Amino acid sequence: MHDLAPLSALGATTPRTDTIGPLSLAEAPDWALASLTARQGQAAACRAALAKLTGAEAPGIAGAAQGDVIGAFWIGPDAWMIEAPYTTHSDLAQRAADAAGQAASITDQSDAWVRFDLAGKGITRVMERLCNLDLERLRPGQARRSAIEHLSCFVIPRDDMLTLYGPRSGAQSLHHALMTAARSAL
Amino acid sequence: MRLPSGGQIDRDRKLTFRFDGQYYRGHPGDTLASALMANGVRLMGRSFKYHRPRGVLSAGSEEPNALVELRSGARQEPNTRATTIELFEGLRAEPQNAWPALRFDAMAINDRLSNFLTAGFYYKTFMWPAAFWEKLYEPIIRRAAGLGSITTKPDPDSYDKGFLHCDLLIIGAGPAGLMAALSAARAGARVILADEDFRMGGRLNAESFALGDMAGADWAAQAVAELDALPNVRLMPRTTVIGAFDHGIYGALERVSDHLPTPPEGKPRQILWRIYSRRAILCAGAIERPIAFADNDRPGILTAGALRAYVNRWAACPAQTVAVFTNNDDGHRTAADLLARGIEVAALIDTRADAPALDGVEVIAGGQVTETSGRLGLRSITVRPAGGGIRKLTVGALGVSGGWNPNVALTCPQRGRPVWDEGLAAFVPGADLPPGMSVAGAAAGQFSTHAALAGGAAQAVQALGDLGIAATSPDLPQTEDAPTRITPFWHVKGDRRAWLDFQNDVTVKDVKLAHQEGFRSVEHLKRYTTLGMATDQGKTANLGGLAVMAELTGNSIAQTGTTMFRPPFTPVAMGALAGRARGAEYRPRRLTPSHHWADEQGAVFVEAGLWLRAQWFPRAGESHWRESVDREVLATRGSVGVCDVSTLGKIDVQGRDAAEFLNRIYCNGFAKLPVGRVRYGLMLREDGIVFDDGTAARLAEDHFVVTTTTANAVPVYRHMEFARQCLWPDMDVQMISTTEAWAQFAIAGPNARKLLERLVDPGIDISNDAFPFMACAEITVCKGCPARLFRISFSGELAYELAVPTRYGDALIRRIMAEGAEYDVTPYGTEALGVMRIEKGHVTGNEINGQTTALNLGMGRMVSSKKDSIGAVLSRREGLTTPDAPRLVGLRACDPHKPVPAGAHLLEPGAPTVAASDLGHVTSACYSPNLRAHIALGFVKDGPARIGTTLRAASPLTGQDVPVEVVSPHFIDPEGERLRA
Repeated sequence: MHDLAPLSALGATTPRTDTIGPLSLAEAPDWALASLTARQGQAAACRAALAKLTGAEAPGIAGAAQGDVIGAFWIGPDAWMIEAPYTTHSDLAQRAADAAGQAASITDQSDAWVRFDLAGKGITRVMERLCNLDLERLRPGQARRSAIEHLSCFVIPRDDMLTLYGPRSGAQSLHHALMTAARSAL
Repeated sequence: MRLPSGGQIDRDRKLTFRFDGQYYRGHPGDTLASALMANGVRLMGRSFKYHRPRGVLSAGSEEPNALVELRSGARQEPNTRATTIELFEGLRAEPQNAWPALRFDAMAINDRLSNFLTAGFYYKTFMWPAAFWEKLYEPIIRRAAGLGSITTKPDPDSYDKGFLHCDLLIIGAGPAGLMAALSAARAGARVILADEDFRMGGRLNAESFALGDMAGADWAAQAVAELDALPNVRLMPRTTVIGAFDHGIYGALERVSDHLPTPPEGKPRQILWRIYSRRAILCAGAIERPIAFADNDRPGILTAGALRAYVNRWAACPAQTVAVFTNNDDGHRTAADLLARGIEVAALIDTRADAPALDGVEVIAGGQVTETSGRLGLRSITVRPAGGGIRKLTVGALGVSGGWNPNVALTCPQRGRPVWDEGLAAFVPGADLPPGMSVAGAAAGQFSTHAALAGGAAQAVQALGDLGIAATSPDLPQTEDAPTRITPFWHVKGDRRAWLDFQNDVTVKDVKLAHQEGFRSVEHLKRYTTLGMATDQGKTANLGGLAVMAELTGNSIAQTGTTMFRPPFTPVAMGALAGRARGAEYRPRRLTPSHHWADEQGAVFVEAGLWLRAQWFPRAGESHWRESVDREVLATRGSVGVCDVSTLGKIDVQGRDAAEFLNRIYCNGFAKLPVGRVRYGLMLREDGIVFDDGTAARLAEDHFVVTTTTANAVPVYRHMEFARQCLWPDMDVQMISTTEAWAQFAIAGPNARKLLERLVDPGIDISNDAFPFMACAEITVCKGCPARLFRISFSGELAYELAVPTRYGDALIRRIMAEGAEYDVTPYGTEALGVMRIEKGHVTGNEINGQTTALNLGMGRMVSSKKDSIGAVLSRREGLTTPDAPRLVGLRACDPHKPVPAGAHLLEPGAPTVAASDLGHVTSACYSPNLRAHIALGFVKDGPARIGTTLRAASPLTGQDVPVEVVSPHFIDPEGERLRA
């Protein structure tokens, strides 16, 4: 194991959690991400590989699917992002490459994003100050991409929370926007 | 005065407020206007041009007169309508446009000069001398005219923006809006009901008639309570829908905290909402219009409907004795309500000869009000009965009703035009409504309460039916259903000034003058007289003005038409448009992986797009940025330096056709780039101009990493996506940005390899033979951390770029600094980076500026003729390849201490400093601590042939004129021995 210590996207050694009234906002750095894009003519094979990898059917347009450990969400035509706990799946991109073979192009995206999980009450009231998605109608199994604080983010509803993935370099600005909106709306 | 009982105010609680230096008391539920009226205050402001004393004209957002400066200090807000300000404890308002005092305004002299101050007077009067206009006349006019004054302090409040979604947006919560909302809400539709008032109910709160067995206001309150309890309904009081935009999107301004002394901590003052609606029903009601007659603008003269509203809703009346002047039955309703509340109605003057009678009030049928008196408030009116003669009535207030105008503004933004309804004598919404919008209630010309209720319900059922939601109309309560009876009457003829537009002081005379001078189109009329401009946008004035114009031209009102309605419906604070995007939060900041470390070192940061990059790292004792930069440059060239270059765009390109794809994207060859090698590449636009430069590293046969300049990371990605998807969809290429995924550091200088050897893991050979210039590899560092290593050099030194996953970037820079201590490793910022690249003759955005070709940059031979690539053909255009085309050269100041001005133009010695002598210009300039001279890069016609000659770098902008020697752009190590060492 190497001896470089990781820093979270918010610049700390431990992830930050904030509570604003009934809402909690948690930076969640312990997630590995990898992108899979089907090679030309290999969409079916890529979907099959994805299903095998996650244990769930490859999500369709603007969809998300959760397997036992690995989840996937749609990011473009024949393109997906997969996610899994970093501690056990820091090699997620390699696992995906092994599963997909020549059917997909893979990149490791673990360090390209900051993840925030919003849980508790008032998520919709906060998010309606931030992005134009219809959160009331968004359900688990769906995934959206939307501009938040001018940053292109993924918005993924879960059973008990809402996950946001934003560009890592903009983590501070995104966090500030979320905190400001939460304080304002709640 | 306050009536002893009634009104929707909380008489148990008192609120103290101040206006014009006097303290008063009001009640929760009051507006500033109603509270002032209850305290006997009629004079509330001065008019725009003539500084005439003015009082309240209306009871709503259409108010043109009662404008005040609300609050003080940084929160002072001018032109705030007293009729919409919800009273709060400690409210402070000052009159505006009056000096030295509201009661005695010196500028009222303008009123005496009214014969000279006619419409367009300043266009005619201040013609000469022309130079005086900007410096003298305009400032004087601006000082004399105008409304409130703004504070120059920063707005201390915050504003939010937000997005809402609904099946049905209902604009206005009067009888039509409430019934539409009930119909839709009970059917389960997602409903947003927005109303600009703080109390929903619209005219139901201002009228005395019943709905079923309930008072109108009580019925409204009950409906609001039902709606409030439903989870599918969002009630938005204090919210003005300000515009209708494309695709069912509406803008709405919610005044969250304007009814409070200050917004609570962390809460916004206002929210600007963007509402996405599947359907919308406009239930915005109607606005009563005045009748123009001589001196019809005195405090105490207001619209009859407003007078009725003050009495019914706020139990306030401007005077004990009043009169009503009307051309329609609605004026009779006012007289009846006032009478019922114990107000003495001296007379009801009805312009109609067949005016109906009214119990308890003298009706002067066919009568007209010809003039008024009272300097600071109405004292009497003069009436000319139909039979002739003159009657003078002593009254303290006059309610005027010229009929009602449906509020059609929001039906018009998408080129819809209202149509004239003869029966109502009003414009009603036309057929071309914004898609998805329907109109109900008074806004649709349904003026009776029954018609409004029925219209609201019907439109809701229809709108939901369109969406596949079954809805039924609720039972309508029994209520009044009076027909509209009106005989249009616009102005009382006479020689004296009769006001049409109160806010802009536009009179019937001004319209006549506009007609006389040829400004007859309503749009010309508006611009010439200012009718309908300013904060109220002529809500009470426009129709009167165009009716007078129609009379003068002989056209019908329908032929005359209306001016264009544009958003916002009512004024919006600039802060609301800015939202949270102000100051340091104007836009998001992107931080580099080493940002926190750099901050600890005291780095000075510079904005590079959204990124914050370290510009230089000052050390103790350095008092000028040049000292820091010179030190960083010398240290790097002398030993080793390190710079965070993570901001460069990184595009991961994979696929069987990735090499051929890049071969077409770049103008130079990439198909044969071996695995494990990097190549510098130049991208051209389709027109042959250079787009961007960077490198592409081949990590595998089917895997490249393309780097772009920081500024062009997104445009290059977009360009490549366009090529992939649209130009060559048959190629097997996949792309994704990995800019954020890697922390990348340039390690440059003669000791770069020695430093790097301390970081890479054992067994990784980075000797010159094993890892030569332009090599790349996926390696591990620091005992197993995955990394990418590129041997590329922007500085011209032996240099590498080392990338690790971003989360380890902070640890890596600290490790580099620790391991490099022996070599005095020096962090350098973008300034030193710039100096070193100029010394080396490398181009950046200053040279790749969207106007230059590869030939200009000295890289003409890179445009391969052995293949096709984007822009290659057009780069060979005749005009771009002339022998004397500008070429990149180096410039060295003949006097090494004299800076070469960036942007200076290059001229022959002795040539006049005119464009005809221009030979080129300086693109980048710096002081080179290595050469101990000021140097620069620039483009010069036939540049290589001029090497060794002397030119002048002249900047007429700064007055500098510096002799420079034309040299090779490669000031340092032209043979490239250092970077290959």
